[in-house]
Amino acid sequence: MTATLFRLRALVALVALLVTFSCLSPAFLSAANLTILLKHVAINAIMAIGMTFVILSGGIDLSVGSIAGLAGMIAGGLIDHGLVLRPFGVVVYFQVWLVIAIALMGGALVGAINGLLVARLSVAPFIATLGTMYAARGAALLLSNGATFPNLAGRADLGNTGFPLLGEGTVPIWLMVAFGVAAALVAARTRFGRHVYAVGGNERAAQLSGVRVKRVKLLVYVISGICSGAVGLIVASQLVAAHPATGQSFELNAIAAVVLGGTSLMGGRGGIGGTIAGALVIGALADGLVLLGVSEFWQIVIKGIVIIVAVVLDQLQRRIQWQPSVK
Amino acid sequence: MTVLAARAVSMQFPGTLALDCVDLEVSPGKVHGLVGENGAGKSTLMRILAGVETPTGGRVEGDAASGGVAMIYQELNLLPNLSVADNIFLGRERTRRGLIDRRAEERETAAAMARLEQRIHPGALVGDLPLGQQQIVEIAKAIARDARVLIMDEPTSALSAAEIAALFRLIRDLKRRGVAIVYVSHRLEELLAIGDSITVLRDGRVVAEAEVARATVPWIVEKMTGHAASERETREPGISELSSLPPKLEARIGEVAVSARSGEIVGFYGLMGAGRTELFETLIGLRGAKHERITLAGRAVERLDIPGRIRSGLALVPEDRKASGIVPTLSVRENMTLAAPKREHRRAPGLAEEMQIRCAGLDCPVASLSGGNQQKVLLSRFLMASPKVLLLDDPTRGVDVGAREEIHHTIRTLAGRGMAVLFASSELEEVLALATRIVVMARGRVTAEFSRAEATEEALVAACGGTA
Repeated sequence: MTATLFRLRALVALVALLVTFSCLSPAFLSAANLTILLKHVAINAIMAIGMTFVILSGGIDLSVGSIAGLAGMIAGGLIDHGLVLRPFGVVVYFQVWLVIAIALMGGALVGAINGLLVARLSVAPFIATLGTMYAARGAALLLSNGATFPNLAGRADLGNTGFPLLGEGTVPIWLMVAFGVAAALVAARTRFGRHVYAVGGNERAAQLSGVRVKRVKLLVYVISGICSGAVGLIVASQLVAAHPATGQSFELNAIAAVVLGGTSLMGGRGGIGGTIAGALVIGALADGLVLLGVSEFWQIVIKGIVIIVAVVLDQLQRRIQWQPSVK
Repeated sequence: MTVLAARAVSMQFPGTLALDCVDLEVSPGKVHGLVGENGAGKSTLMRILAGVETPTGGRVEGDAASGGVAMIYQELNLLPNLSVADNIFLGRERTRRGLIDRRAEERETAAAMARLEQRIHPGALVGDLPLGQQQIVEIAKAIARDARVLIMDEPTSALSAAEIAALFRLIRDLKRRGVAIVYVSHRLEELLAIGDSITVLRDGRVVAEAEVARATVPWIVEKMTGHAASERETREPGISELSSLPPKLEARIGEVAVSARSGEIVGFYGLMGAGRTELFETLIGLRGAKHERITLAGRAVERLDIPGRIRSGLALVPEDRKASGIVPTLSVRENMTLAAPKREHRRAPGLAEEMQIRCAGLDCPVASLSGGNQQKVLLSRFLMASPKVLLLDDPTRGVDVGAREEIHHTIRTLAGRGMAVLFASSELEEVLALATRIVVMARGRVTAEFSRAEATEEALVAACGGTA
């Protein structure tokens, strides 16, 4: 019983937060506030879902924030200015669904580069994704020379309207649900998911059991890239503008959600459910503290403490599991 | 008839010829014993037979390519974070409509466990299982693949007597089904008990082959080492002489009481996971314990930290030399002097000679040495500090017969000079050959204590909680 509660500590923390904040502030549990809270959570959660696969495999992805920025800028450029094909003297404007697909592919591509660096060239994940974090951010800035693409509503005469729908109302929340359900199924019930756990648990053993370790590693970064791309699109859609600095320090929030959710940074242990709970904890904490009028600076301090407590609890859990037989 | 054969297989590694024109035929329904000292080429040959490595000369005929060969590695290749069933089906998961069919996997796992006569729940997390059971899972993993050739590398190193008996019954069952088994073990008695034929490798060559019916332990040892087996040295100091001395080490940790006198070699026997390592780590201060009282040469040390205990004259040579002992990137000399003050460094050459460390020079990288010599390097590092009490955790694990004799000899010499030596081992033979007093541990407790004279294999095994 205690062990189960311990394992589901992110959920326990979430319930505790919800109860505390709803007691302290009547506005907390209102539908309007919860919608705002969940929309904020959705952005971090979707990114953290991709990050969970990477961390489960024993890696880390620092480039997610930059990928989000890059994907938003790709979409923004394609909607605002179209694809300029100079040799033919034409400008191609794509329909919005194609724009979204291309931007996501951009995210997947950066993810694939991460994956190749890690799997084929054996670059440490921290370093490989640190490099692509800079490179992708630079690429996002280059796309507009550092400027913002200001109007993503599209033009009816070009047939590319509809992009703002992605961030409208509760759409991001439902996207989070869809990503979450799909990812949970993949992680827990598919061959690929199990191989991710295997690679994170003991790479050599996985290899000797016939798991294609390199392919698994490549794919987790591609998944992370796609998730991050989706986040960039949602943010751009909500703002109806694409800014090249979008997503800065998002990677840290995503890692925090994964760790809070009980996924081990060493890989092999944890899951999607925990990550969603972790993202909700971070979101509820931020939202509740704002409602209570706690200073923004204190909020940052509290977030840091929460993350440290989560990791300490993780260590404690391991110690409980590995009781020495000599007392 | 053969299912798998190595024909004139050679393996050239940079600088060494690991295998030199080796022929080996594996027939269905037979257990082929493969023995040799460390570095004789056993592992290379096994990996070639399993199809993991390609030989530089000769060829392998048979099932290697078709996946009909399964190998059980000595170091467990399991995923502690996944369940037993997940581990067994890793890489060939049962799926239904793209999703993993957990029920089918657990059903088949339960069936495999039934064949091994083991009660291990398919849903249990492998990391939560004791080592012996993890070894069983490793074996079940290979069996579940319905391999026609099974290569087992030291499969019993972590098993209790009852588990070994079950494994042997299973091997006989597999033989009846026509499975060919290549069985590698340092435990020669085991080979003679379960094997049909035996092949001895030395320096990459097959030096002897025989039917098991005609082989004996001394014969095998002679072929392995190239010289007749040395007589077992057993230096037995008079009991009265020992007991009159005050104990060098006296400790009580929870319910476990330990003592050792000057000149004594106390052997801690038990299976893996019996608590020997934990006991030693508590003595040196790596682990805390609720109630501990440790006296070293009359001085209480339980409040001291690790450096303090080392200064007081305690030293622990850890079990896993790769993980917690040897620094592979440093030279032999640097490894030897890692813990010693600068002024002691000049003692290194003399000590290396005394320890019979075989290497091209003290400045060559320690990683280039064989396992036995690495262990000697590690041992000398701790001897630099001139400890009064030496704790050795499995001092000859993965060490070949020749180096083992030398390490035993060194330990006896050290005890002869008045050091108190405590060592842990899961090998009966070693405990009986080396210890002047034997303490048996099981599940974190001391279950029996014998003097050298009254200890028998049967009594030790019984005290472990295995079958008597």
